[in-house]
Amino acid sequence: MRDAAVRVGDRTLWSGVDVRIERGEFVAVLGPNGVGKSTLLKVLLGRLRPEPGSEIEVLGARPGRAGDRIGYLPQRRGFDPSLRIRGTDLVRLGLDGDRWGTPLPALLPLPGNRRRARAAADRVAEVIETVGASGYAHRSIGACSGGEQQRLLIAQALVRRPDLLLLDEPLDSLDLPNQSAVAALVGRICHEHDVAVVMVAHDVNPILHHLDRVVYLAEGGAVSGRPHDVITGPTLSRLYRTPVEVLRTSGGRLVVVGGPEAPALHADRHPPHRARPRTEPDVPEGARPVRHFVRGARRARG
Amino acid sequence: MRVVELASGGFSWNPVSDVTQMWAYPFMVNAFRAGAIVAVLAGCVGWFLVLRRQTFAGHSLAMVGFPGAAGATLIGVSASAGYFGFCVAAALVLAALPRAGRHSGGAEAALTGTVQAFLLACGYLFVALYKGFLNGVNALLFGSFLGITTDQVLVLFVVAAAALAGLAAVGRPLLFASADPDVAAARGVPVRALGTVFLVLVGATAAEVGQITGSLLVFALLVMPAATAQALTARPALGLALSVLLALAATWLGLVAAYYSPYPIGFYVSTFAFGGYVLARAGSGTLRTVRRLS
Repeated sequence: MRDAAVRVGDRTLWSGVDVRIERGEFVAVLGPNGVGKSTLLKVLLGRLRPEPGSEIEVLGARPGRAGDRIGYLPQRRGFDPSLRIRGTDLVRLGLDGDRWGTPLPALLPLPGNRRRARAAADRVAEVIETVGASGYAHRSIGACSGGEQQRLLIAQALVRRPDLLLLDEPLDSLDLPNQSAVAALVGRICHEHDVAVVMVAHDVNPILHHLDRVVYLAEGGAVSGRPHDVITGPTLSRLYRTPVEVLRTSGGRLVVVGGPEAPALHADRHPPHRARPRTEPDVPEGARPVRHFVRGARRARG
Repeated sequence: MRVVELASGGFSWNPVSDVTQMWAYPFMVNAFRAGAIVAVLAGCVGWFLVLRRQTFAGHSLAMVGFPGAAGATLIGVSASAGYFGFCVAAALVLAALPRAGRHSGGAEAALTGTVQAFLLACGYLFVALYKGFLNGVNALLFGSFLGITTDQVLVLFVVAAAALAGLAAVGRPLLFASADPDVAAARGVPVRALGTVFLVLVGATAAEVGQITGSLLVFALLVMPAATAQALTARPALGLALSVLLALAATWLGLVAAYYSPYPIGFYVSTFAFGGYVLARAGSGTLRTVRRLS
């Protein structure tokens, strides 16, 4: 897969974005509020037209043409607690919810009906297992916690085996242990299932050790590259045309100071001295995040 | 009116003889048929209505049936035509109301409520203008099962069949758009258009149910069984089936009770449906407590 060559020229929100994302790469889109991070995903989905002159190719086609092969997780607020529908149903809707009609009950003895129903149910169970949500997928989605809902939604985005996953702030509104657990999950899916991931994020720290590349958006410009090349004082100062300092804590967390809308990385939400957990407090069995943390950490250092 | 005074005997606790006795009257057979048609449709549409949390819209559409029926009688058209015409037109108006976003329900609800109150008042005016029809107000508001003609049953059946076929055609994407509108829209599901189609289906259903339970008690069949089913299960297929069964049970039990007692049908249908809801909530609440303690 020679994936997405994204170049958007002359746009009011951002411009000069020049990124190439390979299969199995984990890319974060960063920047201050209102700079158009979510807009970038919508352009990739083909729901917004970029400026003329932009050259954008998604999975070898114009944006909007690769429908089935893109999994999308919009920015969201949790589900209403009174919504009575199971996690499995939600994941199943991700599989075939856009098809007209009503599924026939699996018991009807029509040719192929039972086999199709079984295949769909198996795929749903498999992807729920992948995200480690088997323990609560049968519960009503409104009764699940934020982290549980987010895992089920990632399963929903994954269920059609996409080649590209677009995630809009999936870590927002999660508590710290859940942030790192979901980040580890996305990193694992990305590297093990060879899915390219583009994640819009507010705070780079939970995903820093899983990232292959970051795209930093600013009004009128953008930089992209390896995280530790881009998130540096000189690079960001050049991008925002104002002195920006990047501090690194002993735990490896990054704190950006003095951005145009400081603090762009919302480091104030987390105590900077907090050591990164070695073991995940909220990771279900089967998610195996620890190995990933080590792998991610090594890559980040190198 | 006490029907049992016209009938040959009282309630006997022998279901076979009771049913034969009731069904000896063609109007009772028609009432059971009409009730069954309306209950199945209301159970299905109501399940989606509760899932989408659009019960207020359902309420408004049901209310509009009253001025519709009264106005139709005033100008000499059948009340049925008035119910369907007004309810479906109101559904289209509701669907056309501008909607800024998912959570802009406040202004919309206020607007809907205002128009609904005005239409109810119009209904009352129509009744007053049509002198001598005043006795029918009770039936229009609280329902009646007397004098349902075979033609009326046929109309109910055709409309219900069309509405159910429509619902089946859009069932899966409608469920997607109801549970998860953002992702559904990203997948190319026409969320807004489905909302319009669904409101029209709710309008048709409210018109049908209104002819049995009366405009004010449409919720007895449109919301109560569906809410009960959703309190009991989060599985879509099971929930839909339960919703239909509960609506059917409430309607038929209501008919039997109304046949053998002097009180109106609307009261009985609502009471049975309400009883089911209370039992379901209490039951599932107790179950949760027991699970938490154990």
